[in-house]
Amino acid sequence: MKKLVSLALLLFCFVCVHAQPVDMADQLRSSGKIYVVIGTIAIVFAGLAVYLFSIDRRLKKVERED
Amino acid sequence: MMKFIYQSWWKIAAVLLIFYTIIAGLLLPVPVLPILHETIRNVYFHVPMWMAMFVVFGISVVYSIKYLSSGKEQDDLVAIECVNTGVVFYILGLLSGMLWARFTWGEFWSNDPKQNSAAIAFLLYCAYLVLRNSIDEEQKRARISAIYNIFAFPVMVVLLFILPRMTDSLHPGNGGNPAFGKYDMDNTMRAVFYPACIGWIFIAIWIATLRYRIRLIENKKLSL
Repeated sequence: MKKLVSLALLLFCFVCVHAQPVDMADQLRSSGKIYVVIGTIAIVFAGLAVYLFSIDRRLKKVERED
Repeated sequence: MMKFIYQSWWKIAAVLLIFYTIIAGLLLPVPVLPILHETIRNVYFHVPMWMAMFVVFGISVVYSIKYLSSGKEQDDLVAIECVNTGVVFYILGLLSGMLWARFTWGEFWSNDPKQNSAAIAFLLYCAYLVLRNSIDEEQKRARISAIYNIFAFPVMVVLLFILPRMTDSLHPGNGGNPAFGKYDMDNTMRAVFYPACIGWIFIAIWIATLRYRIRLIENKKLSL
C-alpha cells in the first residue's frame, strides 16, 4: 500500500513538473507595459522612416538641380 | 522600371507594413513553446533581414547579367549598390541571429553549421567588395565583378539554404529539426510574418535605390 501511494505520488509529481506552464509575457501585457515597448520600437522606426523620406526628398532636389 | 524608384507609394506601403508588424507582432498571441518562449516573435524581425538581403542580392545578379549584355555603366552601379545594401542587412541578420542564439542555444556562436556557413557566405561578399576596389580600370572592374557576382549568388544560396539542411543544425528547418513553418508557426503568426518580409524587402530596395541615385550624381561629377 505504502509503495503504491508513493508511486502514485511520484507519478503525480512527474505530471506536475510536466504540466508546468511555459512562462510567457502574460503579466507584462495584462499590466499594460508591453505597450511601452511597442511605443519605443515604433518611435525608433518612425524616426528612421522619416529620415529615409527626408534623404529621398533631398536627393530629389539635388537631382533636379543636376 | 526606372520610374518606379522615384515613386513614393511603395515606400509608404513598406513603412506601414512594418508599423503593422511591430504592433501586431508584439501584441498578437504566439504558440506557447518551451525554450523559445516569447523569443518566437523574433521570427518577425530576424528572418525578414535575410529575405531582404536575399532579394537585393538577387536584383544585383539580374543587373550584373544585364551589364554583361548591355555594357551600360548604370547597370553596374545598380549591381554594386544592391550588394552594398545587402551586406548591411546580412550583418543585421547575423547579429540578431547571434543574440537570439545566446538565449535559446546558449552561446552567441556555437559553431552551428548554419552559423558557420553564414559566416563563409559573408566573406564571399566581402571578397566581392575587395575585388571591386582592387581594379582601377572601370570597364574591367565592372566586367570582372559582374562575373564574380553571378557566381557568388548561387554559392551563397548553397551555403545558407542547402548545406546546413543536409546536416544536423540547431537552426529550425535543418537536419532533424522541423522548420518553423511546419509545426511552430500558426496562421496568426503567418499574418504578421509575411507582411514583415514584404515590408523589409521593400525597405532594402528603397535604401539600395537611394544609394544608386547618389552614385549616379557622383558618377556624373567624376566624368565632368
